[in-house]
Amino acid sequence: MPTATYDDTTVPVDDQGFFTDPGRWTEPMAEQIAREDGIATLTDRHWIVIRFMRAQYEVKGTGPTVRILGKTSGVGVKELYRLFPKGPAKTAARIAGIPKPRGCL
Amino acid sequence: MGHHIVILGAGTAGTLTANRLRRMPGADEYRITVVDQDDDHVYQPGLLFVPFGLAQPHHLVRSRPRQLHSGIDYLQARIEQVDPAARTVRLAGGRRLSYDVLVVASGARLLPEETEGLTGSGWGENVFTFYDLPGAVGLQHALERFDGGRIVIDVADLPVKCPVAPLEFAFLADWYFRRCGSRDRVQLTYATPLDGAFTKPVAAKVLGGLLERKGIELVTEFNLGEVDGRGGRLVAYDGRELPYDLAVVVPLHGGAEYVGRSPGLGDELDFVPVDRRTLQHRDHPEVFAIGDAAGLPASKAGSVAHFEGETLTHNIGRFLRGQPLDGFFDGHTNCFVETGFHKALLIDFNYDTEPLPGHFPATVGLPLLKESYANHLGKLAFEWFYWHSLLPGRELPGIGGQMPEHGKQRVRT
Repeated sequence: MPTATYDDTTVPVDDQGFFTDPGRWTEPMAEQIAREDGIATLTDRHWIVIRFMRAQYEVKGTGPTVRILGKTSGVGVKELYRLFPKGPAKTAARIAGIPKPRGCL
Repeated sequence: MGHHIVILGAGTAGTLTANRLRRMPGADEYRITVVDQDDDHVYQPGLLFVPFGLAQPHHLVRSRPRQLHSGIDYLQARIEQVDPAARTVRLAGGRRLSYDVLVVASGARLLPEETEGLTGSGWGENVFTFYDLPGAVGLQHALERFDGGRIVIDVADLPVKCPVAPLEFAFLADWYFRRCGSRDRVQLTYATPLDGAFTKPVAAKVLGGLLERKGIELVTEFNLGEVDGRGGRLVAYDGRELPYDLAVVVPLHGGAEYVGRSPGLGDELDFVPVDRRTLQHRDHPEVFAIGDAAGLPASKAGSVAHFEGETLTHNIGRFLRGQPLDGFFDGHTNCFVETGFHKALLIDFNYDTEPLPGHFPATVGLPLLKESYANHLGKLAFEWFYWHSLLPGRELPGIGGQMPEHGKQRVRT
């Protein structure tokens, strides 16, 4: 299984760079992961989404879809795409250190 | 006649649940009431065929209560609200139903108005959905008039009912224009929020290959943000645009409206979160959900409702006798995918096993993940089984609730 190193700590990730063990994630790692996804600085608005992703994962065992993020995170879908241009659900999940959202069938 | 079981919804899931419960041993010890707001039971798999003139709209609709066995009460009324704490359902006009067991089977609802511009300029003229009967009929006329240009088939977001239907529409559109001799004047594009033609890798590869062979462009990770009817373009949230002359959009789906008005019943999208194995509500043990209304990581498809039916009715019987639930649904899904030119392929999968090649239901049977004439006949024959076997709550010959392992080939992706 591949690994990545953030904040001087080596963590297991999947082949797309998503954490496989969310318990290993710490807040200082987020800025570095964000830069890999082309986001230079994490603002307060980014952090609302990142914390929401982790809270949802705790409860539901998977990250939310963009539509549910837009309805319930307090950040609307258009702003979500401005904050995470490459796709909010996936990018925010990666930065928040949770596995790739399962999505639906 | 001690207990009262109330079933909300008389579509595929609600009807087969009521009929299975009526036939269970001990059925004379409970009363069953089914509620729906109208009398139109639509054979939804037939909607796909209407735009291509392959199904007659009036043949797809039958009476709801006539599909119910005798001894089941049917109430036609709008559902206002469920009060899970008081175990009552409030109907329009103030009538209240008390229940010992509630089954939410009210399906999924189309929400085209939730996408900016979708129901604006061009809606019903050159922007359609085939997911309801008026839309499918409108699209039939639009295809007859279509004299060339760009057709975009777009899935706005997931979950949607029958996730293979938009792909089937693309395959049939290719067949339709080839048969007319006008395929060279029609550009076909299939746009999806997924990163491939389907969610699961092995099937995504096969279905993506079919799109390519038929000359249908695949656009992935396209999350529809806006329909610009005047400009004739679909605009994704990330700014990408797809120009169209005719747009076929599968709109956002949500659960029934009353679920959203009922405290503690549903999730953010008004689907009802239940245990993926037992189908029992997480917070209210006397509430169950089945079919499209259930918030499960399974496809919203009639075959799922059918396979769930066995688990659900068994568990309701156990619940009423005060016994622990021991019926387990494995996520079994089975779909014929019509691919045009009188062929179809078949996929069969569950929570843990993705659609794989091989044969169904055993080593001798219909080919899986492979086009064949036999599968096309299977798809057509299914309509008879739907009305005469699936809705009455009978087992389909040779096909059990659990996904068969036998006959499937394990492949590497």
